[in-house]
Amino acid sequence: MNSQPSQPIVSLRGVSKDFLVGGRAATALRDINLDIQRGEIFSIIGSSGAGKSTLVRLINLLERPTAGEIAFKGKPITLVKGEELRTIRRSIGMVFQHFNLLSAKTVAENVAFPLKLSGVRSSSVIAERVSKLLARVGLQDHVAKYPKQLSGGQKQRVGIARALALQPDVLLCDEATSALDPQTTRSVLKLLAEINRDLGITIVLITHEMDVVRQISHRVAVLDHGQIVEHGRVEDVFLHPSHSKTRELVHEAEPENDELNLGSIPRGQIYRLTFVGKRAHTPILGTVAREFGIDYVITGGRVGTIRDVPYAQLTISFTDGNVHGAIARLRASGVSAEHLNGANSEAPLKATAT
Amino acid sequence: MILHSIGWDDILQATLATLAMLGGSLFFTVLLGLPLGILLFLTGRTQLLDQTFAYGLLSVVLNTIRSVPFIILLILLMPVTVLLTGTSLGVRGVIPPLVIGTAPFFARLVETALREVDRGVIEATQAMGGSVSQIVFRALLPEALPGLIASVTVTAVVLVDYTAMSGAIGGGGLGDLAIRYGYQRFKTDVMIVTVVLLILLVQILQAFGNRLVIHFTRK
Repeated sequence: MNSQPSQPIVSLRGVSKDFLVGGRAATALRDINLDIQRGEIFSIIGSSGAGKSTLVRLINLLERPTAGEIAFKGKPITLVKGEELRTIRRSIGMVFQHFNLLSAKTVAENVAFPLKLSGVRSSSVIAERVSKLLARVGLQDHVAKYPKQLSGGQKQRVGIARALALQPDVLLCDEATSALDPQTTRSVLKLLAEINRDLGITIVLITHEMDVVRQISHRVAVLDHGQIVEHGRVEDVFLHPSHSKTRELVHEAEPENDELNLGSIPRGQIYRLTFVGKRAHTPILGTVAREFGIDYVITGGRVGTIRDVPYAQLTISFTDGNVHGAIARLRASGVSAEHLNGANSEAPLKATAT
Repeated sequence: MILHSIGWDDILQATLATLAMLGGSLFFTVLLGLPLGILLFLTGRTQLLDQTFAYGLLSVVLNTIRSVPFIILLILLMPVTVLLTGTSLGVRGVIPPLVIGTAPFFARLVETALREVDRGVIEATQAMGGSVSQIVFRALLPEALPGLIASVTVTAVVLVDYTAMSGAIGGGGLGDLAIRYGYQRFKTDVMIVTVVLLILLVQILQAFGNRLVIHFTRK
């Protein structure tokens, strides 16, 4: 991502947002700096009350910042109004946690709604566009139904089709899967990933679930108490979280054995090894163990995929053998190895800079 | 015949007069009250236009009218009525006070019905690039339609009540008949017939309104 010097499609510079609560200003967001690149899936994760929803609403100016600059496609939009503002909003689709469909309109009418608002009059153009959109989200058999007759997942698919109707550059998803069960969440995330891949639409995802980030995002920013405390590639942030808030969110998704509570495990050199991609599917550890005559105990770990890339992260206590040689060989093979009880054990460093 | 004293022709005429007053005043009440209700909703706190002063001013005016008893309003408004319609008698003479007396009530009902609309729908329409008038006419009003129909029904029933009262100052209609024959000349049978007709009218209005509400409810 960093290799592309292209202009970010959305950028926030020094953005703050205060709300008046009972006559007093309460800070919702403080000094937010963010660049969202064209074509990526960018997630903003944080606990409830961290300011995520406010942050995403700044992008299409449903909320105005108290300070700072917001730019869309390189143009400052912080102060635009009237027709100019409405034109910008038409190129930014939005999907909501509670769908926000019009209950008095059918599925087809809901998808046609933004087209009609933007002044498209020809009913044949509208009908054609709507049927294409509904086919994309897999709802071609539900055209004449009312939202009440649909399941949560189907409602969100209508919401996504509606958000795509004006062929936006950016799709904002505000907790789009939070009201859905895990299986429906996966299918909606898959749909969003397809939209991103096939149409090249930039997606900004707001969520409190690390799983959502892990499954489809390219980059992530962690929001805590109105500030971005960590951001970077999902692989880096997820596997090597540096901020305590990030660690909390990561461990919520995948409960990990407490690495420091070693109890009766033989004391040795304790390392956290991270295997990503091909390395997660290669018997590197066994090979190295034979070659350097090491013995080890696995004290913790997690295995899974980030987007479609497999990873394994193991906490290992080396009890015998040429540990230094083994670690050097592992590192040479592209395995990240953090020494947890060495000299710098207090502050395990991130393997890759953000 | 027990009902020998009743002139059925008079009753028919009175019924038609009541229906004319009801229809005319309901039409103008909605015409005046709907925009007022929309304005109340839009200028309310945290709403789309959020104009505290305008909302407060409108609120005070509407509340003032609503706090004047209708029978007093009828008398107070006589000069205005004469100015508008040329007479303070008959069907034409009661429509202005009926409208002025009921429109503020209807406006409040409209405001409440609009507040019932999911805020998320308004936000979604804004996010699509909808203007305030598009939000009102294409999202808010269609979404609030069942609530608005219920409001019109309640208002119609209140108007039936008020038309009967306006009989007292020469408005004509069933209320007039009930007061002049039934009360002042002790013709109890006339009073009973007119009251039964008014009950029927209210029942029909309410049942019809309820049917429409169900028909348009999609939630």
